[in-house]
Amino acid sequence: MGRVVLVTGVGRYLGARAAALLAEQDDVERVVGVDLVPSPAPLGNAEFLRADIRSPVVGKILDREQIDTVVHMNVLATPTAVGGRAPQKEINVLGTMQLLGACQRASGLRSVLVKSSTTVYGASPRDPAMFSEDMAPKVPPRGGYAKDSVEVEGYVRGFARRRPDVNVTTLRFANFIGPHVRTPFTEYFTLPVIPTVMGFDARVQFVHEEDGLDAVRIAALADNPGIYNIAGDGVLTLSQAVRRAGGVAAPVPGFAAGPVGSVFRRARLADFSPEQVRFLTFGRAVDTTRARDELGFVPRYTTEEAFDEFLRLRRGTAVQAQQVARSVEQALVTTITRGRARVAG
Amino acid sequence: MSQADVVPIGTRGRPGRGSSTTRTPSAASRSLAGNAAAAPASPPEADRPTPPAPARATRPATDTDDRARTRPTSPTQDESTTGTKPGESTTADDGFELPSSVAELLALLGDTAHAALGPDADRLVAEGLGFLRRRLTGDYGVDLFGLDTDLTETIVLPLLRPLFESYFRVEVKGAHNLPDDSGALIVANHSGTIAVDAVMTALAVHDHTPSRRILRMLGADFVYSLPVVGEMARKTGSTLACGEDAHRLLTAGELVGVWPEGFKGIGKPYRERYRLQRFGRGGFVSSAVTAGVPIIPTAIVGAEEIYPIIGNLPLVARLLGAPYFPVTPTFPWLGPLGLLPLPSKWVIEFGEPIHTDDLDPGEADDPMVVFNLGDQVRETIQQKLYQLLQERRSVFF
Repeated sequence: MGRVVLVTGVGRYLGARAAALLAEQDDVERVVGVDLVPSPAPLGNAEFLRADIRSPVVGKILDREQIDTVVHMNVLATPTAVGGRAPQKEINVLGTMQLLGACQRASGLRSVLVKSSTTVYGASPRDPAMFSEDMAPKVPPRGGYAKDSVEVEGYVRGFARRRPDVNVTTLRFANFIGPHVRTPFTEYFTLPVIPTVMGFDARVQFVHEEDGLDAVRIAALADNPGIYNIAGDGVLTLSQAVRRAGGVAAPVPGFAAGPVGSVFRRARLADFSPEQVRFLTFGRAVDTTRARDELGFVPRYTTEEAFDEFLRLRRGTAVQAQQVARSVEQALVTTITRGRARVAG
Repeated sequence: MSQADVVPIGTRGRPGRGSSTTRTPSAASRSLAGNAAAAPASPPEADRPTPPAPARATRPATDTDDRARTRPTSPTQDESTTGTKPGESTTADDGFELPSSVAELLALLGDTAHAALGPDADRLVAEGLGFLRRRLTGDYGVDLFGLDTDLTETIVLPLLRPLFESYFRVEVKGAHNLPDDSGALIVANHSGTIAVDAVMTALAVHDHTPSRRILRMLGADFVYSLPVVGEMARKTGSTLACGEDAHRLLTAGELVGVWPEGFKGIGKPYRERYRLQRFGRGGFVSSAVTAGVPIIPTAIVGAEEIYPIIGNLPLVARLLGAPYFPVTPTFPWLGPLGLLPLPSKWVIEFGEPIHTDDLDPGEADDPMVVFNLGDQVRETIQQKLYQLLQERRSVFF
């Protein structure tokens, strides 16, 4: 008997793609995607149901469609996508509460997968170089998407306690990046002048959107409950990423980073919540050994490759800069050494 | 002086150059340039597991480095790839053209550099330009802890070397005790108000190991909360002093350096010089035992005298959020001049390794084992310090 999967958040790119991808799997019978807005990407064989997961209607869907697997993708990183921080928080926190409440009563439920993020680890100078899943944040996040993720994970833990018969999997994703996905980070790197924090060079990690979807596919059907970090191998430093993007870094002193961040937020240029600023200051990297060993998920793109792929398709000109720089270097070297080579030859 | 005078000087009397009328290279040079550009692009594709990713993204930096470095050493090939006719503008592989007047100027620069630096000039120029290009385009690698080997070996260590060799005249002893390819934990005494001793130890390790190892130092969280300092610490191989990071580095076979006295060591008054402070909770011992790597007790003499602390202003320190605020004979009285360290003569001695692989990794949690081993390391360093001090003729020579 194939699985019947409910995917939330199909009104966003990742949710839609996850639904379409799961619908293609052999051991999946049906995929039902719910959201309030229609999907931006083709849903493939998945069905679309217009429903608000913040309402009890989601419980009825679970019953009527005989759902056995819930994939909760409706935890949004981007406040600008839904009209601000308040709706974002409502969707993330209240949506998860309602959904898990409905799940608790659904008798046929077999597994629940929730999209979380590595922002739950916070960012501080007291952080170890890499977080593994069982480490607690040194400085817990105090607001924004990071706080939402912490609260979402809290509800998920509670649910797992109350329904021990259900496989509960939490995937903590590093920052998504890729040609299609839109996050505060993709917006940030498409700014012409990129504000950074003076005197700090954060280590950042990315996960390519295709890798992230692959992780969802594996984890949703694997019956391998637990918490897993999902990120591309390796790190980039922020300065390195900015230079690769061909942007101009504008270092802002630490004390001014907050006010500058809120100016950018007001102007709707990019999301610079205080949490985001902390991340851009101290950076964060996670250990993905557990996902590799226990889940069998191996990312195809390293952090560096994921970022370059994003640049190639988003800012075609930026990667050319590296090519141009190489040929300029070549030209300079040959010119400088040419005259003498002729004399010697 | 008119401009007409300048051009012939720039050409150094070779007629015809700099008066280009045609901007395209000859057929012969075009075909040669085309081959040169096509050749190095393909090989790294083979080991890539990712079909849809672009070729550009994963091309290893070394590929181009090699091109840049080997090119100038083979004059004949060099000759053939560039224009053969005098007066033509320079055409590089990818079709980038320099205006001929700029090319003239660069050739002159190259000649000057050659005259000044000798036969190494071409290599140095190529390396310098390669470094610049990598930095400007972000085309270099950092490891998971943030170590930027390119920056460390090309800029930071060379800048510190005069301080190491000429100013402190660091004498390195017992370098044979450093493993060349396996993990070990260097434990040393800490002194000198700011952690100059750690930096000098890193340079000693780099310059006295055959494989030029980079010492992975463990620093207090305070370091990483400071702008610039924290950034540079990570880029040069440091990471936070915590069990997780130490374990990760040691099991990866890295050479890790730790100064367990911490701020108690570097911030102690001058009168207590060379008296080891308490060694914290012995976390470093647990890390070494868990990873089964040897501990190398290391004694550093000379660092105590660079900024003798005669007083401390705790109130100022509290205001600044610093662990202490040192008062030395020159600081803060002389302002920035007070930051100049005294030129003491240094000795760094790497002692006999204390092996931990005969212990069970489970014993890392046994407080008695940890304290005993910690005391053994501490005693060894203290004895070595006294011995080195007795051998020392004077602080400055």
